[in-house]
Amino acid sequence: MPIYVKDWDLVVPGEVLAEGDYVAGPYVYKEGNKLFATVIGIAEIKRGVIRVVPLQGPYIPKVGDVVIGIVVDYLPTAYVLDINSSYKAILQVAEILPPQKEVNALAEDLSKYLDVGDVVVCKVVRFDKYSDVVVSCKGKELGKIADGRLIKVSPAKIPRLIGRKGSMINLIKRETGCKMMIGQNGFIWIKGKDPASEVLTEKVIRKIDEEAHISGLTQRVQVMLQSEKRG
Amino acid sequence: MSVKGKELTLISPDGRRLDGRRPDDIRELKIKAGILENAGGSAYVELGNTKIYAAVYGPREVHPRHLALPNRAVIRCRYHMTPFSVEERKSPAPTRREIELSKVIRESLTPAIIVEQFPFSAIDIFIEVINADGSTRCASIIAASVALASAGIPMKDLVAACSVGKINGVLVLDVTDVEDKNGEVDMSFAMMPNRNEITLLQLDGVLSLEEIERAISMTSKACKEIYEKQKSALKEKYIELRKAVEEGART
Amino acid sequence: MMPKLKRQEIVDLLSSGRRIDGRGLEELRALEIRCRTVKNAEGSAEVRLGKTLAIAGVKTSVGTPFADTPNMGVMIVNAEFLPIASPTFEPGPPDENAIELARVIDRGLRRAGMIDLEQLCIVPGKAVWEVWIDIYALNHDGNLMDASALAAVASILTAEMPKAMVNEKGEVMINKSEKQKLPIKSIPITVTIAKIGDKLVADPSLDEEEVADAFLTATFVKDNVCAIQKRGEKSLTAEETLRALQIARQRARELLKIVKEVVGSG
Repeated sequence: MPIYVKDWDLVVPGEVLAEGDYVAGPYVYKEGNKLFATVIGIAEIKRGVIRVVPLQGPYIPKVGDVVIGIVVDYLPTAYVLDINSSYKAILQVAEILPPQKEVNALAEDLSKYLDVGDVVVCKVVRFDKYSDVVVSCKGKELGKIADGRLIKVSPAKIPRLIGRKGSMINLIKRETGCKMMIGQNGFIWIKGKDPASEVLTEKVIRKIDEEAHISGLTQRVQVMLQSEKRG
Repeated sequence: MSVKGKELTLISPDGRRLDGRRPDDIRELKIKAGILENAGGSAYVELGNTKIYAAVYGPREVHPRHLALPNRAVIRCRYHMTPFSVEERKSPAPTRREIELSKVIRESLTPAIIVEQFPFSAIDIFIEVINADGSTRCASIIAASVALASAGIPMKDLVAACSVGKINGVLVLDVTDVEDKNGEVDMSFAMMPNRNEITLLQLDGVLSLEEIERAISMTSKACKEIYEKQKSALKEKYIELRKAVEEGART
Repeated sequence: MMPKLKRQEIVDLLSSGRRIDGRGLEELRALEIRCRTVKNAEGSAEVRLGKTLAIAGVKTSVGTPFADTPNMGVMIVNAEFLPIASPTFEPGPPDENAIELARVIDRGLRRAGMIDLEQLCIVPGKAVWEVWIDIYALNHDGNLMDASALAAVASILTAEMPKAMVNEKGEVMINKSEKQKLPIKSIPITVTIAKIGDKLVADPSLDEEEVADAFLTATFVKDNVCAIQKRGEKSLTAEETLRALQIARQRARELLKIVKEVVGSG
């Protein structure tokens, strides 16, 4: 059963990764006896399953994802959000109202809560690829963002930014003292005690975006954070 | 540019073409991936003097809405030549040739794209020929596949392409403009090199069935070599960065 | 939108070597060619291929040659898919499908050298015959390409154009009472093969076109190929391509015989 790649190998679409009894994981397909990569990314082999971790690619919404969106339009009882996807997100006004309030959606003045251009952190509650994404702001830390800064990275890099069990994002928060919210759709919100810490955090995020394909990233980020704090 | 009435030695007695190439040599091929910042994916290709930019946008919303498909992405492609890309200025308005080539190029790339992943979306491919010296549609396909892959759009394989001509009875690969205009045949060919599937086949000129079989064999081999160059172009910036990090050039 | 049931039916029948209209895989539909149906045109032909109907007309006029071919006549092929032919055709300028069809047929005619353009020169560098071939789809039940190509060829073969001569003053005079045929060097025949799953079928009907993965159109002249166009959003293997060309060549030989008979008899 020949395997042609090892962990951390860079692959492109059509590249033959292996032949034989391996199982095709995400971004890999099997035809006949061969396993092919479908995107540009890093090969990962675990217990007979070969997958590719993409380095680029569009955001595909998933129920449960936290996303950061921008209000672009109104519907009679909802806001339309741009979530950096080919699908728009719909946020019903009831999903952003304070908990105790009685809801008569049609009577509400939508612009009272959100304006076009406002940035919102929300959660995907429904999506089946055939209709728009439905999101909600009911939950801790969800809702309109009033300050801080928004950074955009390739959605493919978000898992790397979070790290295993949040190891990377917790490291950054700890060292920079910044508050952070990560949207699976590639938007990251940061708010620091001062502009300098926000600039540093953005620098770190860019580094992760660029070096996601090179192993030992967590260590390099640690070194960078410590040297920047000292210098 | 036609040189009828003037004897052009398109192929010398020892098999060398005007630019010194042998029949199955392709021109120097340079590919750069990701060179246009705003596009989701992009590529620049130089195949000899033929120079092409390709850019990909999407998956994105389809406008007008009624053109969207409920079970897959719509693929749209625009092949266009700049007015200064040819010897006699060409009007910027789309010609019938550009319309046909836009369709033919779209149909050469669509088989490779996993369109079912993006219902109700559109993937737009834009190709701009900056300088035309033969085989522009093949160079366009080489560029567009790299652009699609650099955008992270899932594909079954890349698509590589190479033309075949016939000069004084000899089959030649990768025709230049002079060879196209003065030769006997122009065959355009594209394939998914790891799947051995043909996605573009056009013939303009007379060939026997046996010659067609030989031409397909010649150009398939060239396409596999072109795939290796497309692969390198896509990996280039990542590999360079990895090398730099490993050498400790970055902190 | 074709219901899934029908799609499945077509595919299932094919796997047992049968087609939805009862034809063999390599069989063409009933063919009818009628020539000289349009009195005002120099040449014309109507082709019925099953229920598909296309009409081609030939018009000639005197014009100037292209700068780089001063001694050759000019041939221009146009095609339109009329809204009357199908609920899916909309009025407007030719779309990419009509443009592609016209260009594929043009290449077939040109590369076969069907019309001897050098014989259409009247005054070198100044006056040549222009031959306009216009193709109109009247009913689309699949394979407009082959029906249109046959119509074009039949209309060219039976066309009668006026003679031209140059008077003492060097002016071109057209004599409409003296007729001549177009100078013909060869007869190209176009055949389209559709790939459905792993089966190859000749002359796809409309239903089969909607289900097909890809198409291979080839134009034959004297057993060689002078034009090929692959169409469709899927692919073909090299083996399928060569097999399709073999099937197409067989059908082309038969079609050539039919065309010669029809044209010969009037």
